[in-house]
Amino acid sequence: MSAASSEMPWAVKISLCFIAFFVIFALFGPLLSPFEFRETSLFHRLKPPLSEGEANRYLLGTDAKGRDLLVRLAIGARITLIVAVVGTLIGAVLGSLLGVLAAARRGSAEAVIVAAIDVQASLPIIIVALFVLAMFDNSFTLFLLLIGLTGWEVYARLMRGATLSAKEQGYVIAIRALGASPWRIYLRHILPNIVNIALVQFTVNLPLTVLLETALSFLGLGVQPPLTSLGQIMSEGRDRLLTAWWLTLFPGTTIFLLALSISLVGDWLRDVLDPTLRTES
Amino acid sequence: MTSFILFKLFRALVTLVVAASLVFMFIRFSGDPAAALAPPDAPQEVIDQYAKAMGLDKPLWQQYAAYFGGLLTGDFGYSIHTGRAASDLFLERLPYTLKLGGAALLIAIATGIPLGAIAALNRKSLIDRGVMAFSVFAFAMPNFLFGLLVILIGALVFKTYLGGAAGAGNLLGVLPPAFTLGLAAMGSFARFARSSLLETINMPFMRAAEARGIPFMRRLIRHAAPNAAIPLVTLIGLSLGALIAGSVVTEQVFAWPGVGQLLVRSVATRDIATVQFIVLAVAFTMVLANLIVDLLYLVIDPRIRAK
Repeated sequence: MSAASSEMPWAVKISLCFIAFFVIFALFGPLLSPFEFRETSLFHRLKPPLSEGEANRYLLGTDAKGRDLLVRLAIGARITLIVAVVGTLIGAVLGSLLGVLAAARRGSAEAVIVAAIDVQASLPIIIVALFVLAMFDNSFTLFLLLIGLTGWEVYARLMRGATLSAKEQGYVIAIRALGASPWRIYLRHILPNIVNIALVQFTVNLPLTVLLETALSFLGLGVQPPLTSLGQIMSEGRDRLLTAWWLTLFPGTTIFLLALSISLVGDWLRDVLDPTLRTES
Repeated sequence: MTSFILFKLFRALVTLVVAASLVFMFIRFSGDPAAALAPPDAPQEVIDQYAKAMGLDKPLWQQYAAYFGGLLTGDFGYSIHTGRAASDLFLERLPYTLKLGGAALLIAIATGIPLGAIAALNRKSLIDRGVMAFSVFAFAMPNFLFGLLVILIGALVFKTYLGGAAGAGNLLGVLPPAFTLGLAAMGSFARFARSSLLETINMPFMRAAEARGIPFMRRLIRHAAPNAAIPLVTLIGLSLGALIAGSVVTEQVFAWPGVGQLLVRSVATRDIATVQFIVLAVAFTMVLANLIVDLLYLVIDPRIRAK
């Protein structure tokens, strides 16, 4: 493990740098601009980046309402980051708990959970999200919960399998024979042994939640104005693709680089954390 | 083997019934459909009349039974905006989505799998690194950004609009959106084909074949390929979900008149009957695809047949 971490590939280093840059930008980006992210200016509509004269305070240009793109990108990055991290966490915790529960209890609880996994696996999460958004008023909390459903069934399936095989292993049988309570067996012994599986899956899922949130917001069905996200900025700019390229290409490239960096770091982390998963390469 | 097939069939059926029940529950508990349908200032009598016409005054289990009866007899409800059957709206869009999705899947298989195979055979070469980089790129690329870039390049370089219903008519018009939709699958097929082939060519039976003096191409096509193809069948089955999800966004970007566009429009206008039908159709398609993959395993993998 130490050998792998000392030989971190340059692509992973660059990715880590980009992720750090992204987080710092999301936190402190608004300080770079004298404007507020909802502040409109009718005289400065659709100014390209680095404009001449009066408009040169807009580093990355403005949108159709004369709002500063730089500060909007920073706020958008913040919302995208919050939704991605919180959403992925919800899915990871919910899915893992259900998986371990199914394996620990067996019987009817397991049957229900396995049926739920099958149902979720037969419906892409974006379809589920669209279905729910058709019926309920879109709120940020509801949207966050929907994103949180992303991939829970994968965690549940993985953790159920891992718990089932852990239960049969010698160390668990030995501890049980020593009279340890079920809580102690699961929390102190089984969980630490299988938590890596969920951790690896977390890094696989994180870029997927970024892409899901931005896709739904791009469709106009995710994060709603006055709040904004990277996908929502893109959806506002897509009708002006030829005349105001900066409105789509800046947020779009940011989303792409974020998803790319996270998956590169995730691939590397998977190799470090779980040598048995290491692919022949 | 019969019990294996019966078990898979039973499981598929349970999944469909549970999915349909969840859809029913969600729609019933999301609010009063009669009040939603009636004008905002409608008096209570009018709402009650609506409720009676829709059967909402009956006990819940009767509504549930009527709902399943409707599903089985092909009555899926009517769009509140056009007054037409949800199934008709869906069916007139379906050919476009099938064309787009089919083309995307073909492109992904025809380019992704050979790319992965070439990478596996030239392991650790520049080609291998290039293919791996491409697969990471394809995974992280948001399809809405890629689609917009395709449209932008079409406009700037070829002076033409690469989207829209006009393109849906001819064969060439399907290529830009199909490539956009198929990109992610292409990357994952390449990655999977590579690792699957690498695993296979290091198996003892491959060394044995080499020792027997079987020529390289014959070893690859007759011995390695069938074994490496087994996990790929699962992957192609699984990629269907990603393709359906991706088509929603891709159709929107390219103004493609398919089911995905209908879904987004119906969600925005709260056309519940249409949304419900599309959700059920997606669940049915996915369950059917999983079933086909499971049964296909029996055909291509003699080891499962033997069990």
